[in-house]
Amino acid sequence: MSLIDAENVTVRLGGQTVLEAVDFRIARGEIVTVVGPNGSGKSTLIRTLVGALRPARGRVRRAPGLSIGYVPQRLHLDETMPVTVGRFLDLPDPQPPEAVAAVLARVGLPGLVGRSLRGLSGGQFQRVLLARALLRDPDILVLDEPTQSLDQPGTAEFYKLIEQVRAETGCAVLMVSHDLHVVMSASDRVICINGHVCCEGTPTVVSAAPEYRALFGPGTGGTMALYRHEHDHGHEHAHAHGPGDG
Amino acid sequence: MLDDFLLRAALAGVGLGLAAGPLGCFVVWRRMAYFGDATAHAAILGVALALALEISIFAGVLAVALAAAAVVAGLGGRAHSTDTLLGVVAHSTLALGLVAVSLLDGVRVDLLGYLFGDILAVGRADLAVIWGGAAAVLGLLAWRWRPLLTATLNADLAFASGIDPRRERMVLTLALALVVAVAIKVVGALLIASMLIIPAAAARSFARSPEGMAALAALFAAGAALAGLGASFHWDTPTGPTIVAVAAAGFAVALAAGRAIRQD
Repeated sequence: MSLIDAENVTVRLGGQTVLEAVDFRIARGEIVTVVGPNGSGKSTLIRTLVGALRPARGRVRRAPGLSIGYVPQRLHLDETMPVTVGRFLDLPDPQPPEAVAAVLARVGLPGLVGRSLRGLSGGQFQRVLLARALLRDPDILVLDEPTQSLDQPGTAEFYKLIEQVRAETGCAVLMVSHDLHVVMSASDRVICINGHVCCEGTPTVVSAAPEYRALFGPGTGGTMALYRHEHDHGHEHAHAHGPGDG
Repeated sequence: MLDDFLLRAALAGVGLGLAAGPLGCFVVWRRMAYFGDATAHAAILGVALALALEISIFAGVLAVALAAAAVVAGLGGRAHSTDTLLGVVAHSTLALGLVAVSLLDGVRVDLLGYLFGDILAVGRADLAVIWGGAAAVLGLLAWRWRPLLTATLNADLAFASGIDPRRERMVLTLALALVVAVAIKVVGALLIASMLIIPAAAARSFARSPEGMAALAALFAAGAALAGLGASFHWDTPTGPTIVAVAAAGFAVALAAGRAIRQD
């Protein structure tokens, strides 16, 4: 069965319909990327899927006992609470110290256990969030623009790390990203949304879809070609709404 | 041994402090100071209700404090911002309570005692209520400690971990109403929020962990209650305000000490 299965989901925020009649599912081990312009409801979709928002209509089902490793887009941490990195990773349930040390080393922050959270740089904090997400053997990693506060080498490293984790654990990955070329090379399936699902399919299919081109322009197609192994046979043959997991 | 009114007062202050300190940390972490104020001010309306219905003050205050919290939570997020609503609720419940008390026929009420506390008049039954309430608050916090911390850090992370932050907020609301009901005898409705905020704020300078901050705040609040009681006895000043004044002085010292520590 799917890890997360959303059916005909409509989400309203502050009286406005942000997402309308969205169907979404992600299977075990799949890498799915959500793209779309600013304000298109990407984060809203993610937050609905992890359970932080309740749909006005439709339903979201999560597999029983699903472990979600969630890295939110922005995390405002109030500095009034004194929290060390180790303590943060220890919430909500205590973790063995060796596992905490190992996961910190893994994300490139060895020995930071005792450091106060507020002393971290944006990039370090992002990696701590990833460490927290990885710590509980997630069935699915949910990453909402995880590289926003990272520079270019940091971004490349971040994606490399995600790929390694994926290869080792086989967990599914659901992410929102603006790094279109990375997305396009690494995803099994891409969903382009703009208040609704515009188009969906394999990266090749989506990048050729007129709906996608209308949103992002043909320029990204050129960038992506560098990252694709097979040749693009012209977008006239593409099926915009074709099934993605072929 | 509990015959001595000073001893009973000391025990009442310590009991309140032990509960108010840790709960106050959440009030500070979640920026609920005004929320605490609104709940506390509603206590006067609870007193009027209790006197009119001839039920215990504790029950009346608890019920009205919970109702005020529910009203604020229910109204939030519409046309008015939460702090505006809190301002409306805080002051209108206080005013309504004062009006209601004055309308009660044949009841002579020491209003000042409810506004600023009457710790020296704490009896054995009051002590039982105070320590019972304090134990309930600490029990609630201990039971929900990790989910509460997670939900306080970030609601979305909590949701993704299967924790419902709304439920955790209800736990805090209940604990807050309990502390208000317990504290009205000790420091009075107008000063309850200070016993939540000042000790927690003072503890922040030294704490390295949430648990440490909660423990320090509890110690600080209990200490302020004892020192305030002593000072009030010595200088013959009103006890509730003296306790808060001592806590405030302690906060100033803690702030300076905290700065000095960080500069080292």
